[in-house]
Amino acid sequence: MTDHTTEEPTRRDFIYIAAGGAAAIGGALTIWPFIHQMNPAADTLALGSIRKDISSLGVGQEITVMFRGGPVFIRRRTEAEIAEARAVELDRLPDDLARNENLPDDASAADANRVLNPEYLIVKGNCTHLGCVPVGNGAGDYDGWFCPCHGSHYDASARIRRGPAPENLPVPAYIFENEGAVVKLGATSDEVAAAGWSVA
Amino acid sequence: MSHQSTYEPKTGIEKWLDSRLPIVRLGYDSFVDFPTPRNLNYWYTFGGILAVFLVIQILSGVVLAMHYVPHVDHAFDSVERIRRDINYGWLIQSMHANGASFFFVAVYLHMFRGLYYGSYKAPREVLWIIGVVIYLLMMAAAFMGYVLPWGQMSYWGATVITNLVGALPVVGEGIREWLWGDFAVGNATLNRFFSLHYLIPFLIAGLVILHIWALHVPGNNNPTGVEVKGKGDTLPFHPYYTVKDGFAIVVFLMIFAGFVFYLPSVLGHADNSIEANPLVTPAHIVPEWYFLPFYAILRAVTFDFGPISAKLGGVLAMFGAIGVLFALPWLDRSPVKSMRYRPIAKWCFLIFVIACLGLGWCGAENPDNMVFEFGGIGMPFVVLSQILTAYYFIYFLVILPVLGFVEKPKERPESIEASVLGSSPAAAPAE
Repeated sequence: MTDHTTEEPTRRDFIYIAAGGAAAIGGALTIWPFIHQMNPAADTLALGSIRKDISSLGVGQEITVMFRGGPVFIRRRTEAEIAEARAVELDRLPDDLARNENLPDDASAADANRVLNPEYLIVKGNCTHLGCVPVGNGAGDYDGWFCPCHGSHYDASARIRRGPAPENLPVPAYIFENEGAVVKLGATSDEVAAAGWSVA
Repeated sequence: MSHQSTYEPKTGIEKWLDSRLPIVRLGYDSFVDFPTPRNLNYWYTFGGILAVFLVIQILSGVVLAMHYVPHVDHAFDSVERIRRDINYGWLIQSMHANGASFFFVAVYLHMFRGLYYGSYKAPREVLWIIGVVIYLLMMAAAFMGYVLPWGQMSYWGATVITNLVGALPVVGEGIREWLWGDFAVGNATLNRFFSLHYLIPFLIAGLVILHIWALHVPGNNNPTGVEVKGKGDTLPFHPYYTVKDGFAIVVFLMIFAGFVFYLPSVLGHADNSIEANPLVTPAHIVPEWYFLPFYAILRAVTFDFGPISAKLGGVLAMFGAIGVLFALPWLDRSPVKSMRYRPIAKWCFLIFVIACLGLGWCGAENPDNMVFEFGGIGMPFVVLSQILTAYYFIYFLVILPVLGFVEKPKERPESIEASVLGSSPAAAPAE
């Protein structure tokens, strides 16, 4: 069989390694479809945008809409709330990033970076701690939202102020249409770029 | 297995089969003539009880799957239909739901038994580790099974637990969406949980075979922790332990039946009688009772620890609480197995059991509620759970390693036979 006296690799050594390598790589490539099948499917991804008429929303009112399987809060803020949110010094915020899909990742958590129109605050409605839906309409110690599950308090800009949640409620990609009467959630990056979003 | 086989095929068919597939021999050597320490007490019956409950869960589960519909629009109604309209569905659904709880009662008693008598020590480390893997799979199966009825607690429990993964740096959010198959817990999640919930019990069954195999190579531990030395130390498994296990199984099933028939929903949560609603979070999300200690550990970490956020810290502590069990055979440095002969470890163990029960209590309460309060001074549950969590880890990581060096064990009997029948071999009665 194999000549054990030679130090040189034989043809058989080469075949062993080539066959073993092909089997290992082939096996690894076969695993990928079985992993990737669990990621969101094409039709799930296609349901990624909705439109909502907000023209009937009064000052100080708040609605919750379903978007991508979860709640989105749309709050038409009062002058007092806007003033309160803008008066907060940034170094008092546990999370100093805007968490705004419409802006660069490093945008600061200033209220101006959280809204397109200061009157309308639009954020995803799952607590960044473990995903519960916080109670709104000025709840909590900071006049915003309060999560009853583990006691996270969010302010009038939906930024985390106290409690176990690590991040501000994220702002989804959105634009206004029909002169502000309609909000489109899940806007494309081109639409966002044309909508006037900018870092304050 | 490890002992000499004493099986002698008597009938023609047994002889014919024995030279082709000696499966009757395997059963005989494992469950009839298997030499078992003669001093096993009732704490040693929970292994048999667990085997019975695995069978109950699989049989009742297969039946439920014939009527259950894993779709977000139909799941809740199909479970209600099982409970109201399917012939005997009320019975089988109750058996399955309560069976999960009793499965965990038995596994916790089984594990505490192993901790007390040092059953994880050499040469039974592999036996112990397989047991911990089985326990992990049981938790996964129970968690996914609880999601299937698609009530409020199902949905929000799933949301909270899958969100834990999001705490991992960098890859967390990608893995979370991968688990969900969506941007939130939804139909894709329910479907895959149903598929995996059906798979896991069969994985457990396979591991149970390995668990028994790993048990039968070194043989049973026993309450003295002294290894079997001679024939006088053991009795054949049948009839001595088939009868003893059988009696314990009957008693345990009687308690189980009491719940199945008279308290079918008492271990569940009222909020799970409301269909899942992604827009309304229940006032107080709690897992099933058997996860409460770990839920308390998760919520006990309320502070950042260096670069580790409180959220990630809680997740690490919760998984660490189970992970530490894998290392236990090497953490406990004492050569003495049974805590009967370990005067300090015995008390530390008792406090450990109380800590586990206390963590369960903390897990059921709102963290900000007060354990006690008078004159403006009190202690919220979050502080109690921090104290108990600290003890949980100190027990494994400090107490057991250190006691191995500083504790002076009591004198142990020279053999199992001597511990049962007195030290004089002459006193041994005839079998």
